[in-house]
Amino acid sequence: MTAVVTANGLTKRYKSQAALDGATFQIGSGRIVGLIGPNGAGKTTALKAILGLTTFDGQLEVLGLDPRKDRDKLMEQVCFIADVAVLPRWMKVGDAVDFVAHTHPRFDRAKCEAFLARTKLQPKQKVRQLSKGMIVQLHLALVMSIDAKLLVLDEPTLGLDILYRKQFYQSLLEDYFDEEKTILVTTHQVEEIEHILTDLMFIRDGKIVLDADMDTVGERFSEVLVSAEFAAAARQLKPLDERQVFGKSIFLFDNVSRPELERLGEVRRPSIGDLFVATMKGTYA
Amino acid sequence: MKTFYWLVKREFWEHKGGFITAPIVAGIICFLLNAMLIAFGEGHYGGGDFHTNFSMAYNSENLAQAGAVIDGLLYGVTMMVMIVTAIVVFFYSLGSLYDDRRDRSILFWKSLPLSDTSTVLSKLASAVIVAPAVAVVVGVVAGLALTIMFAGVATFHGFSLWPLLMQAHPIKVMINLVLLIPLYALWALPTVGWLMLCSAWARSKPFLWAIALPVGSGVLVGWWGLMMGNGGFTSLYWRHVVGRLLGGLTPGGWMTETSKLVHFDGDNPASALEKFDLTYHYSALASPALYLGVLAGVAMIAAAIWFRRWRDDS
Repeated sequence: MTAVVTANGLTKRYKSQAALDGATFQIGSGRIVGLIGPNGAGKTTALKAILGLTTFDGQLEVLGLDPRKDRDKLMEQVCFIADVAVLPRWMKVGDAVDFVAHTHPRFDRAKCEAFLARTKLQPKQKVRQLSKGMIVQLHLALVMSIDAKLLVLDEPTLGLDILYRKQFYQSLLEDYFDEEKTILVTTHQVEEIEHILTDLMFIRDGKIVLDADMDTVGERFSEVLVSAEFAAAARQLKPLDERQVFGKSIFLFDNVSRPELERLGEVRRPSIGDLFVATMKGTYA
Repeated sequence: MKTFYWLVKREFWEHKGGFITAPIVAGIICFLLNAMLIAFGEGHYGGGDFHTNFSMAYNSENLAQAGAVIDGLLYGVTMMVMIVTAIVVFFYSLGSLYDDRRDRSILFWKSLPLSDTSTVLSKLASAVIVAPAVAVVVGVVAGLALTIMFAGVATFHGFSLWPLLMQAHPIKVMINLVLLIPLYALWALPTVGWLMLCSAWARSKPFLWAIALPVGSGVLVGWWGLMMGNGGFTSLYWRHVVGRLLGGLTPGGWMTETSKLVHFDGDNPASALEKFDLTYHYSALASPALYLGVLAGVAMIAAAIWFRRWRDDS
């Protein structure tokens, strides 16, 4: 596995508060990594550091380059959608395609036009006349036509309806992603990207608290539905979390052997959402 | 180079109204106003008294003077159009590195492999070279339209058309105007640099900062001068600092620094225009005020590039 991003002790302070506090992680090529964390945990700061949009302390290498020094070169290989609907509102759809075609050496115009043909976007339309969902379609068409090694998505589907959200991730998987490419995505809508991720990273208070590929996550974490008589025994095994449903308890365990858990009740794979809630307990307290 | 061309083109996409429509409208208005003046003059006086210099030329049948009036007309119309463009460029510069931070579309521009240096320089070039060039073209076209109308009217007053037009020098005027653009750019550099610096630096309200800092400091200096009983420094400060930071876009502003050896005779437009040549204008290059302004402008543009790269508020 060649590393696309290597971060070591990534630290960034805003006045008194640390947005990143020694975050250390590695992202390999050909992965789809979800960076998940509560509001204010440092997700966006981490992405900004990777994109060379902010200063930071610590070591960070993206595709072998330092994003602080070699940002211009880096951006030929890295693409990002930093927020929903940030395309300039005065621009026409056709101008946007023209502009990227003439300024980005790795842009494939024919590809972009094919993507746009699948939408209702017209070259003469201005961005300000488009709905939020259509702006994202345009942005995605532009980005997917760029042969970049790393694509960074920061809350790319926030505020879109479910049709656009599903279509967004589906296009990414079907028309864009391959083993040469790496996608790093943050979102609060965890359940929607759960099935496309290959790796999962949890960030809390500027630190990476979980960094594992999805297979490992499946092996490590289990959710057990326990009836009242076994609840005490379950608690002995130091569950991460316990919640009540219909008179039964659901326990979440980290690294407890499966046969042991099966004696307590029905074992399932936890959803990322439940895992997230359990891991982040007490964040806002 | 190709990237730079597209960057400038992008500025014109965004600011078509200011860079192209506004000067054209100004040119049309200029033309119409002059046409109305002529109609008024003809209607009321009939003798061509609508323009002193022109009527003087009529009376003496001095074709050279009449031709100079036409040349002056070309300069004058272009000047009017330039004033409109200067106002546009002032506000354009103030918004150039701020507007996309406010609406966050900077995140889109920054996702492309464009260096902040070329982004800022493309905006600078749009402000001090391309926009003035558009104004000159529009001004000359409007001026030529006026010339034709003027010459037409003059034929009714006994001038023969071609000898009159031969005495005017539209081509020379155009070349002069085009060659003055580099001087204009140099002279405007501190103002545009300052406005772009405020635009790149201010977290909000760049307009307020851009005005308040120079004017506020000027008031302080003035107050200090009053306290010390030394008004000389105050007027120098206002002229060379406040004036250059905010007023550098005024067309012909460098004429405060040009050679003092040249004197104009308002009653003799032909000789005035004769002296009003490129050598006269470019004698401003001999003035340290111009160089210091350029140096300050370059420094402020460099600072604007730095802020564009590192300002982190999106």
